[in-house]
Amino acid sequence: MTTAAKLPSTATSRLEVVDKGFYVEKIRRDFPILSRDVRGKKLVYLDNAATSQKPRVVIDAISRYYEEGNANIHRGVHFLSEHATGEHERARKLVQKFINAQDVTEIIFVRGTTEAINLVAQTYGRAHVGAGDEVLITAMEHHSNIVPWQLLCEEKGANLRVAPINDRGELILPEFEKLLGPRTKIIAVAHVSNAIGTLNPVAKLVEMAHRRNIPVLVDGAQAVPHIKVDVRALGCDFYAFSSHKMFGPMGVGILYGKAALLEAMPPYQGGGDMISSVTFEKTLYNKLPFKFEAGTPNVSGAIGLGAAIEYMNSIGMENIERYEHDLVAYATEKLASIAGVRLIGTARERAGVVSFVIEGIHPHDIGTILDQEGIAVRTGHHCAQPIMQRFGIPATARASFAFYNTQEEVDMLAAGILKVKEVFA
Amino acid sequence: MADLRDLYQEVILEHSKAPRNFRELAGANQHAEGYNPLCGDHFTVYLNVEGDSIRDITFQGSGCAISKASASMMTQALKGKSKAEAQRLFETFHKLVTTGETNGDRPELGKLAVFSGVSEFPVRVKCATLAWHTLQAALEGKQDKVSTE
Repeated sequence: MTTAAKLPSTATSRLEVVDKGFYVEKIRRDFPILSRDVRGKKLVYLDNAATSQKPRVVIDAISRYYEEGNANIHRGVHFLSEHATGEHERARKLVQKFINAQDVTEIIFVRGTTEAINLVAQTYGRAHVGAGDEVLITAMEHHSNIVPWQLLCEEKGANLRVAPINDRGELILPEFEKLLGPRTKIIAVAHVSNAIGTLNPVAKLVEMAHRRNIPVLVDGAQAVPHIKVDVRALGCDFYAFSSHKMFGPMGVGILYGKAALLEAMPPYQGGGDMISSVTFEKTLYNKLPFKFEAGTPNVSGAIGLGAAIEYMNSIGMENIERYEHDLVAYATEKLASIAGVRLIGTARERAGVVSFVIEGIHPHDIGTILDQEGIAVRTGHHCAQPIMQRFGIPATARASFAFYNTQEEVDMLAAGILKVKEVFA
Repeated sequence: MADLRDLYQEVILEHSKAPRNFRELAGANQHAEGYNPLCGDHFTVYLNVEGDSIRDITFQGSGCAISKASASMMTQALKGKSKAEAQRLFETFHKLVTTGETNGDRPELGKLAVFSGVSEFPVRVKCATLAWHTLQAALEGKQDKVSTE
């Protein structure tokens, strides 16, 4: 491990060397975009919950696929097709190991978290949710874990129930448990809230649900980039996440499902690759996971995701988790100490996100002024309007972190916020 | 590089902190709601229209400094104007915030000229025009909520 780069200051040294295998200035050099300027300032990218940046190894893996390996998969007998198929399936294996799924056939490639959730709602949901039944979600869900269930409930005459959260932005467990009843057919819950960063006690929720034989889908889009995810330890039945939020390319994501459930589910979309034989009288569906993968998949996307997983593994999820924990704690403390700043979401267990408002200043104005300083944050409702309503605000400014962010960048954000206050003084 | 002070001019900041005509209008005979789903800005514009004339105009709601100041200054500019004059002023204002051009410093813009800096910040054009789109809907008697998206 090289230690050539100089530490920026003594203040950052604690985080710089949390582990001899983790050195943030070296990691930053792996991400070409992080060295660019924005509006004449050094880019400070704090919008990782919207999408993460990509390391060189991911960009190269995608280029190499198109330059040397492009072919359609699962059908050709020729060299390239066989090679591309191998690379695609190797990526599936990497995903399986990354989340500790029992079997590789439990890993289904989709377009992203949104498609994964829609897939479950439209297959498992349509088969098991009927009139008068209930689907349980939480008050902190992203629109993509609300609307697919609303569509299902509307179609079936079922009811969407919402588990409430407290003022810190934490799920109220006794209330959650009270909502589990004989009509509850499925539970869909975020592992980490995209809007306020709350880390939900998924294993505990799954235990409560399974005592009543209710399956649980976990929206893991905001968890996978930050913490070690073990689907077997969580015990969940479905786990959905996106490549682009975990340093891989856009347009590809994963649905994990327990094999027994996936086997029993009807297919999602019809087309090539998801069949084993077709006649006009009857079509036999392909085995798992291909039953749920109609049409030519995003092969370069899967290969890019595989490269991202290998990259994260090379850093080590434990190192990432530990470094980010300290970084988010530092940011929380730093921002909370600024007069007029109010943090939205102060859950004891959080990951990746610090959401805030400033007294008398609209988040959109905060975003514009920070942008002039080269600082990218997200402002708005973060596709989670119900949780904004819960806190009685139209929007927040959200700084969201990745393992390549530094304490120095948090300090620049804090300085930017002082500038915002100065403009509006 | 665009200068923040071009966008956040003193007049704009002042109106955003103390918006004029910021209330529900008793006796309003037309009103409409406008919404920017991107940032959650939400305004209602109330009108008292007699024949062709805007006798009174107020607004309520929440939004960023740009959208609120624009709404506030719009109500000041349009009180007593005809519907056709309001429509023409919107067109001139729209050109101002999208291109920065004032068409040879059109005098009818008056104080609204402070919004010329918005053209340097394309994502903020919707903020500056939300109240105006809402006004248009109110004048046309549209019942659906206007959206900038």
